[in-house]
Amino acid sequence: MTTNTKPDRGSVEMNSEECKGCGLCVEACPPKVLRLADRLNRYGYHPAVYAGHGCTGCGICFFVCPEPGGIKVLRRAMEPAAELAAACA
Amino acid sequence: MGSLTVTHERADSFFDTFERKAELQHQTHYCPGCGHGIVHKLLAQAIDELGIQDRTILISPVGCSVFAYYYFDVGNVQSAHGRAPAVATAVKRSRPESIVVSYQGDGDLAAIGTAEIVHAANRGEPITVIFVNNGIYGMTGGQMAPTTPLGRKSTTSPFGRNQWTEGFPVHVCELLNSLEAPVFIERVGLGNNKQIMNAAKVIKRAMENQVKGLGFSFVEVLSPCPTIWKFNPVEAQRFVREEMAKVFAIGNLRDRTKEAVQRPAATPPPAVEDIPRILGLVNGEAEAPPTGRPDRALNLHIKVAGFGGQGVLLLGEVLAEAGLESGYEVSWLPSYGPEMRSGTSNCHVRLSSDPIDSPLVSRPNVLLALNEPSLRKFLPALEPGGIVLYNGEAFPEDCARRDVRAMALPFSHLADEMGESKAGNIIMLGALLEATGLLEEEQVIGALRRLVKSQRWFELDLKALECGREEVRKQPFPLAEDYLWGV
Repeated sequence: MTTNTKPDRGSVEMNSEECKGCGLCVEACPPKVLRLADRLNRYGYHPAVYAGHGCTGCGICFFVCPEPGGIKVLRRAMEPAAELAAACA
Repeated sequence: MGSLTVTHERADSFFDTFERKAELQHQTHYCPGCGHGIVHKLLAQAIDELGIQDRTILISPVGCSVFAYYYFDVGNVQSAHGRAPAVATAVKRSRPESIVVSYQGDGDLAAIGTAEIVHAANRGEPITVIFVNNGIYGMTGGQMAPTTPLGRKSTTSPFGRNQWTEGFPVHVCELLNSLEAPVFIERVGLGNNKQIMNAAKVIKRAMENQVKGLGFSFVEVLSPCPTIWKFNPVEAQRFVREEMAKVFAIGNLRDRTKEAVQRPAATPPPAVEDIPRILGLVNGEAEAPPTGRPDRALNLHIKVAGFGGQGVLLLGEVLAEAGLESGYEVSWLPSYGPEMRSGTSNCHVRLSSDPIDSPLVSRPNVLLALNEPSLRKFLPALEPGGIVLYNGEAFPEDCARRDVRAMALPFSHLADEMGESKAGNIIMLGALLEATGLLEEEQVIGALRRLVKSQRWFELDLKALECGREEVRKQPFPLAEDYLWGV
């Protein structure tokens, strides 16, 4: 059993006011850490939101999102050794 | 452990705000889940990564992506439906250092624009074409596209596309792959993560090919249209993956980038001020442009008619050109069949001191009839008090009017006597000028000099003009005391 003390490798910033709620990012996200919110945004869509943890920073959601600035992806810079460890984990 | 750094964000090649409307300036106008948004993103990303934003020129099509110029912060030209590859050709040739992208949908590229894409590809224009194929007309509401799969229903194939009546889906990549010139042809999809990531690579390569000056690169993107297909965005993605990709096989059809030869550099376009000389529109000394309005008010509706080869059109053109030289508003509208000789031919000429409303002459006040059928056809339409010159000894008995000024002279015979039977039209012109004083000799000769290229013919025409005048002077009837016989 792993203790989840290590910080996530990545993070996403969802621009919920640009989001049209298509759900492609939710479908595409490999670790499944995105979902459509219950609330509606200003235009009446359920925007995609990040669960807050578990993001690997892979960037897939960025590419499947049809809006230019809908999603911003961040990644943690790692030491090479740490990267390897993370890859093997 | 390091800190978080941004790895993927909005491309610089997009504008910060999209100023199409006062509202929603940070969103595209595409439907939720539309493939255009993704292709835009992949293209913008490629432009950013290659560092070519400042020299990219995007040619937008007609279709859903018609507003691409509101999104991409690059040079933009919006073209007529289907013509993007032709426009891209022009842009690339006149600005060879630019990176020109023709971005088109399937209705635009594979239906109305089939000719443009085939020929741009066949010429191997060194441009990049992004062909977004969603198998349907989206913007116009779901009509069948050339790429609609067999059996699919659309508003114009309500029982499903039937090969016997609507034909098979058009495979554009395969079609272009039959041509010699293209360097790179690949079909990609937006059906899942893997396909999208591959599409990103392929679009970047297609752009890179152009940066390297390799030649025509074509990327077809199978793209979802959730709204018209009536799927949710995730189902639409599945449809691309499972159905579209079955009809249109994903993969590279051609990659000749390694063996592609560098195109010879295009000759730089001539300077604009040099164009009149290249077109032969300057003959030595500069010609003074017509100045001001002419002294005399004039409103001529001239019809010149005869058979092809009689110089009908030239006669009209000389009148229009001389009118222009004299400062009038003019128009010249030829009307003829496909025959170069024989067949009927006529032209409508307007000369007016006021702006011309229509170049059509349906009620002429001057009729120049070079043969009998033309006389019979157009004489009834001549305005009362109008002028008719007829190429014959006399008017046929059953075809004459008392309420018009009429003159019949055998112009063709006169031309034969001069030794050049084709000069009858200019003899008629001479007669018209002598009888009416319609235009000054100087302007008519100036017009002839411009329109008649051969020196021999120019001299013959001067003789013919004089011959026409001479004949009229010999006539027994009194000539115009009143200007233009009162027209």
